[in-house]
Amino acid sequence: MKSSVITFPGSNCDRDMDVALKKFGFKNKMVWHDDTELPKSDLVVLPGGFSYGDYLRCGSMASKSKIMKSVMNFANSGGMVMGICNGFQILVETGLVPGVLLRNKYLEFICKNVFVKIKNKKNTFFKNIDNDVLEFHIAHNEGNYFCTKDQLKEIEDNEQVAINYCDKDGKTEEQFNPNGSIKNIAGIFNKEKNVLGMMPHPERMIDLSLSGEDGSLFFNNLINNLK
Amino acid sequence: MKISVIITLKKDVLDPQGKVIHQTLDGMGFNDVNEVRQGKYFEIDTKESVPNKAKEKVEEMCKKLLANLVIENYKIIDVQ
Repeated sequence: MKSSVITFPGSNCDRDMDVALKKFGFKNKMVWHDDTELPKSDLVVLPGGFSYGDYLRCGSMASKSKIMKSVMNFANSGGMVMGICNGFQILVETGLVPGVLLRNKYLEFICKNVFVKIKNKKNTFFKNIDNDVLEFHIAHNEGNYFCTKDQLKEIEDNEQVAINYCDKDGKTEEQFNPNGSIKNIAGIFNKEKNVLGMMPHPERMIDLSLSGEDGSLFFNNLINNLK
Repeated sequence: MKISVIITLKKDVLDPQGKVIHQTLDGMGFNDVNEVRQGKYFEIDTKESVPNKAKEKVEEMCKKLLANLVIENYKIIDVQ
């Protein structure tokens, strides 16, 4: 399986993602934002970081970079695209997934482990995962997911919610919402479910001695689903 | 030609920064403030010399980059 990780000026989780993808069997290539063509890929990842210093709105500049035209064509023709953290912010700015990411409700940069409950397993990203709850890491200042009432209805009708913040038992109550996101939303799909944007970082949970292994579950499952 | 644009958050979008500024103003003794909403201001100097054309181009810039229309409104407030 071939993957591509896009590096923007200010990306800082691109290497971590490269390590994670390779660990679970992807042949990964790093792609520079100013390139125009994507290498042949089964998965394209927009990594976390602070592309363009978060100027104007997080992800807004990166969403207009040269490579994004190819990424959007790839996504619109059914290619698998995943945006993590800043990558999620870039995805919402392109319009590939609906909504926006506002500043965290309590104006704090949040850096901690959280639990997320998988809401929808009928897709290539999450099908066949046994666990309902995964422990991932979040580190963001703008992860407060927001969309209009009409968009929310559409998202729910189309089962586009991927994961919700929860506690270790999978309770998705407001008190387990770290950043004020509508309905505890931590990640969403496009309508077709080939594009996933999420704030939590699975690539930070791939080593038992450093963190946890729920990221390993995620990547192992993903590459098997793609085969 | 210089065009000035302001971008504001839509009414039903939570503005935590505006809220904190409001609370701080309260603490400083400005007790009659009802609400504070924070926005952005841009001055765009363009080579275009026909006012309407310049305005049209800036509107396009607002729609495509400067504002995110899911949460923000834009308003051209000055053309010079």
